[in-house]
Amino acid sequence: MSDTAAGLLQVGLLVALLAAVYRPLGGYMARVYTSDKDARIERGTYKLLGVDSKADQTWATYARSVLAFSAVSLIVLYLVQRLQSHLPLSLGLPNVEQGLAFNTAASFVSNTNWQSYSPEATMGHLVQFAGLAVQNFLSAAAGITVAIALIRGFARSKTDRLGNFWVDLTRTVFRVLLPIAVLGTLVLVAMGVVQNLSGGHEVTSLVGQTQHLPGGPVASQEVIKELGTNGGGFYNANSGHPFENPNPLSNLFEIFLLLLIPVSLTRTFGLMVKDKRQGYAILGVMGTLWAAFTFAATLFENQGAGTATQAAGAAMEGKETRFGEWASALFATSTTGTSTGAVNSAHDSFTPLGGGTALFHMMLGEVSPGGTGTGLYGMLVLAVLAVFVAGLMVGRTPEYLKKKITAREMKLVSLYILSTPSLVLAGSAIAMGLAGARASIFNADSPHGFSEVLYAFTSAGNNNGSAFGGLSANTPFFNTTLGLVMLLGRFVPIVIVLALAGSFARQQPVPVNEGTLPTHKALFVAMLVGVVLIVTGLTYFPVLTLGPLAEGL
Amino acid sequence: MSSRLPATFRQFGVATRAIAIFTLALGVIYPLAMTGAAQVLFHDNANGSVIQVDGKDVASDLIGQDYSKDPSLFQTRPSAVDYDAAGSAASQYGPNNKELEDLIAKRRAAVAKLEGVDPSQVPADALTASGSGLDPAISPAYAALQVNRVARERGLDVAKVQQLVKENTQGRTLGFLGEPRVNVVTLNADLAAMN
Repeated sequence: MSDTAAGLLQVGLLVALLAAVYRPLGGYMARVYTSDKDARIERGTYKLLGVDSKADQTWATYARSVLAFSAVSLIVLYLVQRLQSHLPLSLGLPNVEQGLAFNTAASFVSNTNWQSYSPEATMGHLVQFAGLAVQNFLSAAAGITVAIALIRGFARSKTDRLGNFWVDLTRTVFRVLLPIAVLGTLVLVAMGVVQNLSGGHEVTSLVGQTQHLPGGPVASQEVIKELGTNGGGFYNANSGHPFENPNPLSNLFEIFLLLLIPVSLTRTFGLMVKDKRQGYAILGVMGTLWAAFTFAATLFENQGAGTATQAAGAAMEGKETRFGEWASALFATSTTGTSTGAVNSAHDSFTPLGGGTALFHMMLGEVSPGGTGTGLYGMLVLAVLAVFVAGLMVGRTPEYLKKKITAREMKLVSLYILSTPSLVLAGSAIAMGLAGARASIFNADSPHGFSEVLYAFTSAGNNNGSAFGGLSANTPFFNTTLGLVMLLGRFVPIVIVLALAGSFARQQPVPVNEGTLPTHKALFVAMLVGVVLIVTGLTYFPVLTLGPLAEGL
Repeated sequence: MSSRLPATFRQFGVATRAIAIFTLALGVIYPLAMTGAAQVLFHDNANGSVIQVDGKDVASDLIGQDYSKDPSLFQTRPSAVDYDAAGSAASQYGPNNKELEDLIAKRRAAVAKLEGVDPSQVPADALTASGSGLDPAISPAYAALQVNRVARERGLDVAKVQQLVKENTQGRTLGFLGEPRVNVVTLNADLAAMN
């Protein structure tokens, strides 16, 4: 079979697997968030929390709950790292230094999973499984709850209630994430991923060298790292490490996991707003963008541009033999289109335009299909913008899902769209203006070096977590600035989205008439794809010309 | 505001209890239960797929090793960490990096010399470091390049070595997933076990 045919079949199988679970999982999640029954473990949880599961919250209370929960998470995760040496299973590793502990806590609580550190040399098993991996579940769940609250904003009318954050969070953990994680762990171990509590195992090679094989409860963390679109590797090489991702089948399974919830949530959305076609339209936009970026990245990696790449004969620097160009490009596109940030190859060593594709994909705001929850609410905000723009063009009243888009909603949408790019561009500009920060660049004195910095702030601002790994980011400057960018890039949009949800929920639905723009048809899908690309393109084109475009064209 | 402040404090109380409950469920019970299940159901996999030669643990069949000391063995790819499994990493060289270009030129010359072939025959995976620095596999092309040298050094028939290479070659999973490859770690273990 030719390389191209095999590569296309690989992509085809992934799409087929996602299509197979789309309706069951999307429908299941819709029932999870609309059911009024609590499971026994949930009733126990609400009792311990002191929460009345029937008491819905206003958008402001919902937002305060998200923020309080994340603030406590941040403090706890910081302390666990700072106290590492006193904890069991620390493998003799010292306490994590202040700046790095802040950066890592911010990173995992914001669902970014940017890693300034090399896990093997920094984090013991306990910090990983009882600290970091817990946030892999909880930050993913928090993102989903916000998306569900926004869906309720469209689905409900004349109410100031959006649901109860603690109930949505608990149900997401116990009914959605944990069952899939348990199954997924066993699948991964069956494929060869390690799962033990050992500090490692010494072997003596055939040439007499001692090699220390690392241990760890990897599979149970790997599964939620992908499923929750987190991305923080148990090991430094992340999903390129053979113990995290041993073969092409585990690779496909991991890509499947990281796309699973973001894709299926569009079905949940369609069901909850009682118009399945709306969910298909949103999925159509996400799928179109994902397919286009996958095509581009695969093409560029197979072309193998770059002087060093051409000297080698193929773009295999930073790639594993078992994955090659196709499975590496597929992983890169899927991880940057979601907010995952796991990598199975070194993006820094991708061809100029291949790496640029990964960078640009994050800049879309991670809506193709985006992180768990974050992708859906990001795309719905852009859909509101697209309806508004269409309304301006043809003089129709801007309405989306029977809710009017007024000045208040547009102000919130504008704030949302401006917030992340401001952080990314300001952060990159400040870093490039400081000689001390520029010293962290590895591929120095080249457009590629600028791309390393731009990639870092894009990754942090959009809560992705992948990196052009040459950048030495474990410095006080980068730990602090990237940590702040991650927190602001996560929680400013969340508060705006919840405010928007509150605003829509209060409205009375307007009846559909001949002046209403249909938002479930191909025309709207094309329009929304255009809006995503134009908004992002206009924002980032100047910086892209300084980095990947300068290097690649 | 006066009524909101206590409400906010209340949320912090709920949040603290929530973190405690979820840490117990997701950070203690879940990973320990999964470890127990994995150890029972897939003991070898869960512990790193370690392989033995003459009863001694020599490697994991998933983790590459450096065999450059011994020309009678098949060689793995270049590694940014010299196959130190306690610290996986890629080189992070950019696609236009001059240092990488120089390294590739040196590696090409070295491999061509070791195998006694024309430099143009050396495949890309023999010239580049992997993403993990621990890649256990090479391309079938790079393995084929090494067969003559290994056969000569070990005093074996070329056909016998080719047979071993074939046994340690994996095609694409299901015929289309990933890339065809030769596992150098298991191949070398098979060679060593013959003696």
